[in-house]
Amino acid sequence: MKNMNHPEHLFYTKSHEWILFTDDTTAKIGITDFAQDELGDLVFINLPEEGDEVEIDQVFADLESVKAVSDIYGPVNGKISAVNEILMDEPELINSDPYGAWFIEVSDITEKMNFLSAAEYIQFCEEEKELGH
Amino acid sequence: MQLIFERSREGRRCALLPTSDVDIKEIPAEFLRAQAPKLPMVSEIDLSRHYTELEKQVHGVNDGFYPLGSCTMKYNPQVNNEMAGLPGFANIHPLQDEASVQGALELLHTTKEYLCEITGMDEMTFQTSAGAHGEFGGVLMIKAYHESRGDHHRKKIMIPDAAHGTNPATATMAGFTVVTIPSDENGHVDLEKLRAEVGPDTAGLMLTNPNTLGLFDPNILEITKIIHDAGGLCYYDGANINPIMGVVRPGDMGFDVIHLNLHKSFSTPHGGGGPGSGPVGCKNILAPFLPKYNVVKEGDKYRFDNSEQSIGMMKGFYGNFLVNVRALSYLMTLGAEGPKQVAENATLNANYMMEKLAHKFDVAYPGICMHEFVVTMNRVKRETGVNALDMAKGMLDYGIHPPTMYFPILVGEALMFEPTETESKETMDEAIEIYLELYDKAYSDPEYLKNAPYNTPIKRPDEVGAARNPKVRYIFPEN
Repeated sequence: MKNMNHPEHLFYTKSHEWILFTDDTTAKIGITDFAQDELGDLVFINLPEEGDEVEIDQVFADLESVKAVSDIYGPVNGKISAVNEILMDEPELINSDPYGAWFIEVSDITEKMNFLSAAEYIQFCEEEKELGH
Repeated sequence: MQLIFERSREGRRCALLPTSDVDIKEIPAEFLRAQAPKLPMVSEIDLSRHYTELEKQVHGVNDGFYPLGSCTMKYNPQVNNEMAGLPGFANIHPLQDEASVQGALELLHTTKEYLCEITGMDEMTFQTSAGAHGEFGGVLMIKAYHESRGDHHRKKIMIPDAAHGTNPATATMAGFTVVTIPSDENGHVDLEKLRAEVGPDTAGLMLTNPNTLGLFDPNILEITKIIHDAGGLCYYDGANINPIMGVVRPGDMGFDVIHLNLHKSFSTPHGGGGPGSGPVGCKNILAPFLPKYNVVKEGDKYRFDNSEQSIGMMKGFYGNFLVNVRALSYLMTLGAEGPKQVAENATLNANYMMEKLAHKFDVAYPGICMHEFVVTMNRVKRETGVNALDMAKGMLDYGIHPPTMYFPILVGEALMFEPTETESKETMDEAIEIYLELYDKAYSDPEYLKNAPYNTPIKRPDEVGAARNPKVRYIFPEN
């Protein structure tokens, strides 16, 4: 896990999304440094549209790297208030700046899943690597 | 190397046609192109060298070991090609009258009977031309079945996470919602999670068995019962049938519909984009919905059937007919006991390789495997920086094809090996020695593997560029 960057002011999920709350009911969501490193060079992203609903554990976007296609899961219930459309043309930004490259902004958040702190997330990733799955 | 268009020189030809000895009929002007197609103009020797040059840049099973997991790259006996080349098969036309192609119809009917016997199904179509095409046909049949019964609310298909990636894509394309069922710690379908998800909205299940971890699900009867009890149907992804054929039958395990990949398991040519054959077999309850047209026998005559409830045609005519000729040739060469020996040797070879590699590599799910197994490079990557891709690249220099990489995705840094039954112990021993040597190399000289391969025509292509800006046609220079 050396050289991995997982800022402490963010929340994390076991499916490798990060969440940045800008107020109590608004948050930006992206994927972690660990996730982008595991996926490898990203080539395509499918993002939802502004106004769509996002739900806990439901797929809201998918990402294609040179290795595989992966689903991205909602960590909260809410409504999508902004989509970072530049990623559609430049998905490589997710590799170069995973915490700058937010996917969506969700507002009117009504429910949150149990997030991990940065320390808990780092611990979780290390266990994942040990297991080999 | 030069493209065929770059070799082109105005006026060069491979053949000269004799002067026509019949009256020339002009094609009506409205059917004529405004511009002649820019076909390459080359002599026969240019053409021959072009293909030979291409051939030298690729690796086929005729070049060497090819353990590409989940692809069953077995050797295809030459006799299959000889049979497919017989003029009675090769020179017929799909629009010929049924009475004049009875032999070809008999061939399809016999192949169907043999494959139905192997899979435990009642009926089969050869219209679908590849695995994913077969899946799509089979799942549309499940949909048509539920709709014929007024069950329009059945919208969900259960798919375990160790399935082929095409399974969820197929269900989505057919208009279903995919429910992913996680694997338990042994790599099997988690029964409790499956039970929790099924209900009156369940249309069915798609199961890849043995799954992409090379494991045969021990709860298979329970799985199909759970789905049937909920009113759903069970789809068997038969792409991995190689290690079970002649031993157990999906029809007996409770499956209602299956596809096979003749280009994997039944020794028809594989790779290079086809043509393949992905027949769909089914139980009688689904037979009316099969894509048309299918061969039926009446007395001693064969004809095409035309079911009103059919989901329709999925391809022109009757599938890739000559591929089916090859499959029947293979089955008749094997005889009644042959498929079982294929399955046993495919399984034995995979277990032999797995045991030998386990001396150094980490097997993702240890235990007896079926036709393939998965190794994880997670530890090696952590300790040396060498990942699955680097290891695969290193193998290229030894003239062996790498295993499947980064699949299944539930195993990190995965390498998936499927040696198949047609490889000898000597070939496998040689490959095992190379793999173990490369493993040591990862620790003694990781940089060497990071820069491999050294001896291939193409080293490390720009995969991002290939995905994002593919060049799929030749741009002619401006005149």
